[in-house]
Amino acid sequence: MSEKGQTDKVTVNIDGKDVDVPTGITMIEAAEIAGKEVPHYCYHPKLSISGNCRMCLVEMGMPMRDRATGEPVMDDDGKQKIGWMPKPAIACNSKVSPGLHIKTDTDLVKDCRNGIMEFLLVNHPLDCPICDQAGECRLQEFATDYGRGFSRFIEEKNVKPKRTVLGPRVILDDERCILCSRCIRFMDEVADDPVLGFTERGSYSTLTCFPGKNLDSNYSLNTVDICPVGALTSRDFRFKMRVWFLKSVKSICTESSAGANTEVWQREGKIYRITPRRNDAVNDTWMTDSGRALYKQVEAENRLVQPKVNGGSASATEAVSAASKILKESDKIAVVASTHSSVEEQHFLSKLVRGKKAKVHAVAHLGEEDGLLLSADRTPNTRGAFITGLISELPSADLSALGSQIDAGEVDTVLAVHEDLAAVGLSDEQIDKVKLIQIATVSTPSAEKAAVLIPSLTVFERSGSFVNQQFRLQKFHAVVPGPAGLLSDLQVFASLAALTAGGVSESVRLKDAWDSLSSEIEELQGLQFRTIPDEGLAVPPGNFANIPFPEKKSLKFDSREFVREAMGVSEAS
Amino acid sequence: MAETKVIERKPLSLSERTYLPQIVSGLKTTISHMFKPSVTLQYPEERPPIPKGYRGVPTLVKDPNGREKCVSCQLCEFVCPPRAIRITPGEIPEGSESEHVEKGPEEFEINMLRCIYCGLCQEVCPEEAIFLQDVFSLSGYSREELVNKKDKLYELGGTLPDSHFKWDKKKAAEEAALAGGHH
Ligand code: SF4
Ligand code: SF4
Ligand code: SF4
Ligand code: SF4
Ligand code: FES
Repeated sequence: MSEKGQTDKVTVNIDGKDVDVPTGITMIEAAEIAGKEVPHYCYHPKLSISGNCRMCLVEMGMPMRDRATGEPVMDDDGKQKIGWMPKPAIACNSKVSPGLHIKTDTDLVKDCRNGIMEFLLVNHPLDCPICDQAGECRLQEFATDYGRGFSRFIEEKNVKPKRTVLGPRVILDDERCILCSRCIRFMDEVADDPVLGFTERGSYSTLTCFPGKNLDSNYSLNTVDICPVGALTSRDFRFKMRVWFLKSVKSICTESSAGANTEVWQREGKIYRITPRRNDAVNDTWMTDSGRALYKQVEAENRLVQPKVNGGSASATEAVSAASKILKESDKIAVVASTHSSVEEQHFLSKLVRGKKAKVHAVAHLGEEDGLLLSADRTPNTRGAFITGLISELPSADLSALGSQIDAGEVDTVLAVHEDLAAVGLSDEQIDKVKLIQIATVSTPSAEKAAVLIPSLTVFERSGSFVNQQFRLQKFHAVVPGPAGLLSDLQVFASLAALTAGGVSESVRLKDAWDSLSSEIEELQGLQFRTIPDEGLAVPPGNFANIPFPEKKSLKFDSREFVREAMGVSEAS
Repeated sequence: MAETKVIERKPLSLSERTYLPQIVSGLKTTISHMFKPSVTLQYPEERPPIPKGYRGVPTLVKDPNGREKCVSCQLCEFVCPPRAIRITPGEIPEGSESEHVEKGPEEFEINMLRCIYCGLCQEVCPEEAIFLQDVFSLSGYSREELVNKKDKLYELGGTLPDSHFKWDKKKAAEEAALAGGHH
């Protein structure tokens, strides 16, 4: 163990301090571990090294050895002499080695940065007032940190195309491009859709799509994120709001069971954009374009905000008690569960199900896998439904089983959670036959027929956790407040479970949910919402690993490997 | 306990007791003013001269070519201490005269019930588009009336001389490049 530990680490000296860093990393990463920022543009931790911006120049030295004998050369104090390289080296393209010395803040290094900044700004437009990147622009930041503060360039600046539409979601301002090639490398290496490239040479270099190609990949907006300047901008977010007004909240993408970690940016209760949050175990630093558009559901035109009982308006609490009365009276209940619900919500729903011995149905929402961050299961929390015991079989393709139960008179009351019953295989007659309690965020024809309609909150308005395809428990937080007067699903299910069991409805918080989850569910023992780390936590899949889930392969997930590992672990233990 | 010290009041002198010297000196001042030029301003018919650098109501200005100078960078909104400014940024539609500026305010509001006339918005503006000029009197019958909208702000601001013509130069350079001039 200790032997392995030794080979895994090397000691390097950064600005006079010895630091132990893992082998195989670059100087830029070593400096980061030592808490020293080396400014950079073209380097990106998840892309190949291109070394073209030269912003990361540092001084580098190695312990000296005599060329003839190979003996270490000692100085007067008996320490090995350091042979400093006569010229600075780029920190992004040299791997650390034992005894490596780096200086990141000498006059020479500062001079290099100053020079690079001046070259970068020579042809850069004075666009910051109309540039969406302002406020999170590396060029702006490093210009204030390392630039000279005034321009010596009196010649004419280059003129390049300023509003090139590269694809359906991305616009390019070529004048702002600093030719770092991050976007090109991303499209080539990660999105596997190499459509971008440079034409012309020198200061004439221009970023373009190859002839006849379009930047229309479902990952195109990642180029906007990684572009260190405002050259690539998102057409959706363009000119909408300054980033310094936006506050971000950590969330999870609900587009599929890949569960990309995200940050949702809001100002005063309005969401403006969603960006990926780095998680090396799940999504690296990427997410899909389609996942970024999901915030629009908050302001969907057919959003439900008014609870209804028998078609008439009611308050949310009245609707819940009306629903509990209906549920109490029947013993032929079916619950259409949702794998969009959070673990906490599913837990309370399954209490209700057990208490009323209700039949549980769930509908699968499947789509094609893209091998990256869009998995086959287009809901975020199928695994959570298994873990909480809400379902014991994979969701079915439609509700025909429920349909025949209704026809056979085995079911007379349906509690539908986030499913549009008509769209998933129930006929109008079947819906009319039952007493329907519908929980939904958007209005649908079948929701309008419900005896009790309880509008619900979107993922951006509530907090909770999901279990993704890797059995990784990840939490999300409320970004904006929900429509006034609505109750969270958590509260609705908890109240229904308590009321149908003859108790009284009490207000529940996430903490109460987790007190109960961690004591009742084996996989979640000892956990609390607040102790789940931001990057998520792998829960043991146990026997659930044997379930033939629809996902095959994603960026960080391979179902075969996953099952093999899960089995191996359970055999060993 | 603090000690209380009683100070004897000096008795009035004879001339003070007659009040005559005081009345005379008062009359002197009054009469001397009767022969000086009048300083009363017949407000609102007459207006006081506004000194240079006066910080009146913040306004938006246009450049001499009639282009609205604000590009809705929202820096003034950010810097404004009482948060009096509200901007809805927007895109300048293609085909319009100043299409090359790309961005302009769709809506611009300054809440004069909040404004403290600090002038920070003028100081921070990178486009020299917002100025505290010489308007100093405001009134309205409702709170809404005292929220200056974009139209009102331009009406109050008018046109100020420009020495940069940054965007005009930019347009000229773009046109020259299109015509095959400098790249
Ligand atoms: S890319 Fe950065 S420096 Fe360039 S105009 Fe935009 S904000 Fe300013
Ligand atoms: S568009 Fe942005 S990411 Fe692409 S090369 Fe230019 S600066 Fe780099
Ligand atoms: S003068 Fe001061 S308070 Fe008034 S709008 Fe400008 S920044 Fe705000
Ligand atoms: S700072 Fe100037 S350009 Fe920017 S929004 Fe305010 S007035 Fe407009
Ligand atoms: S970051 Fe090292 S050369 Fe660009």
